[in-house]
Amino acid sequence: MSHAIREAIAGIRRAPVLTGLSAAMVGLALFVVSLFSLAAFNLRVALQEVEARVEVVAYLREGTTPGEIEIARTELAALPEVLEVGYVSKDEALRRARRDLSDFGELFVSVEVNPLPASVEVRLRDGSRTKTAVEKIAETAYYYPFVEDVQYGREWVDKLFTLRRMAAFTTAVLGGAFGAVAALIIGTALRIAIFARREEIYIMRLVGARKGFIIRPFLVEGAIAGLVGGGVALALTWGTYQAVESFLFRVSWIPASWAVAVVAAGTSFGVLSSAVAVRRHLREV
Amino acid sequence: MIQLTGVSKEFSKRGYALEDVSLRVRTGEFVFLTGHSGSGKTTTLKLIHMAERPSAGEVLVCGHSSAKTPERDVWKVRRKVGYVFQDLSLLPGRSALENVAFALEVTGARNSAVLPRAQRLLSRVGLAPKLRSLVHELSGGEQQRVAIARALVNDPFVLLADEPTGNLDEHATRSVMQLFWDINANGMAVVMATHDLELVRAYSNARTLELDQGRLVYDSASHETAPA
Repeated sequence: MSHAIREAIAGIRRAPVLTGLSAAMVGLALFVVSLFSLAAFNLRVALQEVEARVEVVAYLREGTTPGEIEIARTELAALPEVLEVGYVSKDEALRRARRDLSDFGELFVSVEVNPLPASVEVRLRDGSRTKTAVEKIAETAYYYPFVEDVQYGREWVDKLFTLRRMAAFTTAVLGGAFGAVAALIIGTALRIAIFARREEIYIMRLVGARKGFIIRPFLVEGAIAGLVGGGVALALTWGTYQAVESFLFRVSWIPASWAVAVVAAGTSFGVLSSAVAVRRHLREV
Repeated sequence: MIQLTGVSKEFSKRGYALEDVSLRVRTGEFVFLTGHSGSGKTTTLKLIHMAERPSAGEVLVCGHSSAKTPERDVWKVRRKVGYVFQDLSLLPGRSALENVAFALEVTGARNSAVLPRAQRLLSRVGLAPKLRSLVHELSGGEQQRVAIARALVNDPFVLLADEPTGNLDEHATRSVMQLFWDINANGMAVVMATHDLELVRAYSNARTLELDQGRLVYDSASHETAPA
């Protein structure tokens, strides 16, 4: 293996421009992928923030006793999809209305009788905010005789989940397409780099070098080009992220695991493309 | 050491390059392989080097059979058979020393041994003063010597040479031929493909094999003309 690393470094020294160009092409190809990852991640974050607001509200009839409220809260909180169950008294509901619905002017200020019902608010766990789970909890809540009505914004939830499915599908298709294009570009870049050294491969084979001995340095070179390219892609993406954050709007940086995946993908594609290209030349000898 | 038994080689586009060729080269022999262009000389050398496999028959090289040597083991054959290519196949932009050292490195020579051994090989072929010269700065004869030095890196049993004097002037030809004789005098078999009959006549004590349209038609060792 030490020969492979030594020979790979020697190969890079012998053709620094070619190796640099390969790494740059790998970097640009992965930059597109990681930029897309940044956009996809922020779309996901935005959708998650909206989803976090999905909750089921059960409005209680007049005269519901504290005991009944406690039973409902305890039973609903025991459901696996439920994160927490809060109680909003009539007074609290009126206070919120005055705060949140100031456009209604004096409507909630001058009332002598509070028209708003008390309610139980059910918040869901992350990953459990599915249409099925929301409907199941609404149905459970509606089952209590002291519950007058249950609301969770059925249409809004339907649209949100449709949007999430579309986003997931689009991300998968576009991500796959960008990934495929990046793989092709990386493959081509490294094939060109190896093609330029086909005479070396030819001579190595003809003087009796073992196949593994010939292939390994090129795999290391491919890995180095992929690694450097992945690093370049991340640096460019970080620069773009900083620019957007500073001059346009607030965005989130991709998780560390995604960043590692970009570099790992570059390295893997580098190794794979080199292996395919070298093997092709070896077959010719 | 080298034995071809009923060997034929058919190429899909140009038909048979060799047809039913049987021959044997013994240790320490000097053999000229003659014939017109397209007679099958290069194909014969490639079969011995296992760069090609026969369509029929068997090639046996230093105990390695073409029928039983898988592709992954061909390197074992090539370390026993040195090859001086018709186009030399030297690495441009590198010195004579680097070209020979490269062959040593890739065939697993110890790091500390690479440069001294490359220097010794180049000295043996008379290129000691030009170790650091880039190959494109060397004359045709000198480039040929670099190629010969490279072919010797593994101490092969046999040296194959494909038209090694084809592009050389008379003086360089004599000088390179003398080198091949010297190598052969040390016990290494040499199989040299050439279409230069004057050269063959000048070294009449060497064995001569003649190919014509893929068939072996003459072998000076048997003084027999094979049926056409």
